[in-house]
Amino acid sequence: MRYLYLEKKDMPEFVAYLKKNHRVAAPVKKENQFVFAPIEEASEMSLEYIPTILPPKKYFLPQYETLGSFKMGATSMSQTAVEVEPTVLFGVHTCDIEALSCLDIVFNEEPADPYFIRRKKSIFIIGYECMRPCDEYATCITMDTHNPKAGYDAMITDAGNRYILHINSIAGLDLLARAPFFKKGRDEAEIKAELLKLREEKKKRFEVSLKAGYRELNKVFKKSYSSKLWEELGKRCLSCGNCTAVCPTCYCFDIYDEVKLDMAGGDRNRMWDSCQLEEFAMVSGGENFRKDRSSRQRHRYYRKFDYPVKKYNKFFCVGCGRCTRTCMAKISLVETVNELTKEYKNDKK
Amino acid sequence: MTKSKIEVKKRTIAVDPLFSPRPARIIKTKQMTENEKFFAIKFDDGKPLGQQPGQFVQLSIFGVGEAPISVSSSPTKPERDIFEICVRKVGTFTGALHKLGVKDKLGVRGPFGRGFPVDEFKGNDLLIIAGGLGIVPLRSLINFIIDRKRDFGTVTLLLGCKQPKERLFTDEIAKWEHMTSINYACTVDKADPEWKGNVGLITSLIPGVHIDVNRTYAVVVGPPIMYKFVIAELIKKGISDKQIILSLERRMKCGIGKCGHCQINNLYVCKDGPTFTYAQIKGLEEAL
Repeated sequence: MRYLYLEKKDMPEFVAYLKKNHRVAAPVKKENQFVFAPIEEASEMSLEYIPTILPPKKYFLPQYETLGSFKMGATSMSQTAVEVEPTVLFGVHTCDIEALSCLDIVFNEEPADPYFIRRKKSIFIIGYECMRPCDEYATCITMDTHNPKAGYDAMITDAGNRYILHINSIAGLDLLARAPFFKKGRDEAEIKAELLKLREEKKKRFEVSLKAGYRELNKVFKKSYSSKLWEELGKRCLSCGNCTAVCPTCYCFDIYDEVKLDMAGGDRNRMWDSCQLEEFAMVSGGENFRKDRSSRQRHRYYRKFDYPVKKYNKFFCVGCGRCTRTCMAKISLVETVNELTKEYKNDKK
Repeated sequence: MTKSKIEVKKRTIAVDPLFSPRPARIIKTKQMTENEKFFAIKFDDGKPLGQQPGQFVQLSIFGVGEAPISVSSSPTKPERDIFEICVRKVGTFTGALHKLGVKDKLGVRGPFGRGFPVDEFKGNDLLIIAGGLGIVPLRSLINFIIDRKRDFGTVTLLLGCKQPKERLFTDEIAKWEHMTSINYACTVDKADPEWKGNVGLITSLIPGVHIDVNRTYAVVVGPPIMYKFVIAELIKKGISDKQIILSLERRMKCGIGKCGHCQINNLYVCKDGPTFTYAQIKGLEEAL
């Protein structure tokens, strides 16, 4: 919608401007990792970061949330309400922005989820474009999420001596256009051309680690369901659920009641759940439809590379690499997908 | 720069109650066997559930939680504002439900899922095969067919359970037995001294039934172990995959195709099912 310049020295003022009416959450260093956390001023954030421990989905679908409160013996919830806080998510990577658009599809599908939608409406997304890959675990270049495409209100791109700010929504325009410190480019076409050039150059820095391309990936998974590799992964998997907790597109949840200590009432809550946990698909009679770790690992991969393609025509892996970074058993998405690709290509010969 | 200490206002927004149950009340119960109890439930607002045979509800007891339960009554039942369930005591929720009696309150969400394709059944014969608790959702279908007799051909009902004392809805089944439009056979895995009927697995009843495979739908509901063997027998008889209808049990939390628990490959049982044709799930490893 609009392309502007932002001088690097004006960043503190930019954040202070946003802080006037919003909570601002940005990547903040935590020991040797990063987390999205509310900040008071720009100096607290680290814009050059590898993906945060938890993705920004926590602001849209919190780990725990109350769906409503009840009194014991009652049959309807006394209150169904969602608490929102006008927030700017600052410095979100393009992979995480793509992941939010995946969640958007799921929670807007009828019956739409009012809790997610209300939160989404109260959150501005200001992205920060990655100019180099995070590390060897990131596969964004294959998943085609390394460049900004859609799903953000504004995007900041480091153009060397200054930033380019792309305002991409009416809401973003309302929020930002009147900020005093933006310098209009002489010509928007000129800034766009500069962006294109930057992206051509940055592409060279991204090493392709997956042996299957974007178009080939789904074909690989079509042939991989009976691969022996799943048993291999099942032997290594600790079934801890870390991979799904940190995944920006995992959204499975549990609904449970929490009774207050006075026993007079309680809350009905929603909590993140994980398909990697043993009881996830178990019915009360004891039957478990994915009782082996191998079938649960396979389920996770298929929920990224195959099932959502059938359902939404979209991959639900955005290539952030979090599942690999967090896995205690060192199960690597790159190695897994490459091994399946190898099997697929050998079978084709 | 000084730290800005401006408080950003948190707001609470009322939202449409996606997960709020409708208040209802138990108006009748009956202990059917040692572990199975029957409940008739009426909504406080007096409106019907509006279910199709084969659909399920999420029953809710605050403080305990929710559980998916098959509806056992037909929408054609004259008391339209009442629906019925029959529940086996197996876990925390069903244990708590069993303690409830007449006038006790509970919450209901639903109905959810796709019921049996009754419109497709019209003009055809039906072979209904119920194993154990499978009769609970099938009772809804059978009563639906009885109430709309003119739309359907003959019904062959095969019933199986472990022991004679585990049989459900015996009074009702005795009535069905005498209907000219219903052929009925029953077997138990293990007989007791009073039992005079068949002994053996439900699959043993299938070869003996006379059906026209071209105009018969087979509807099968039972424990997971039963499906493979029953389907193999049906296929031997020559029924097409598209004419075998199953209802699958899965863990369900939301009932609206989001929480992920009931997923079989790309299918959500709560939304795409719980009833499927065998053709739909054939080859899906996690399905049967």
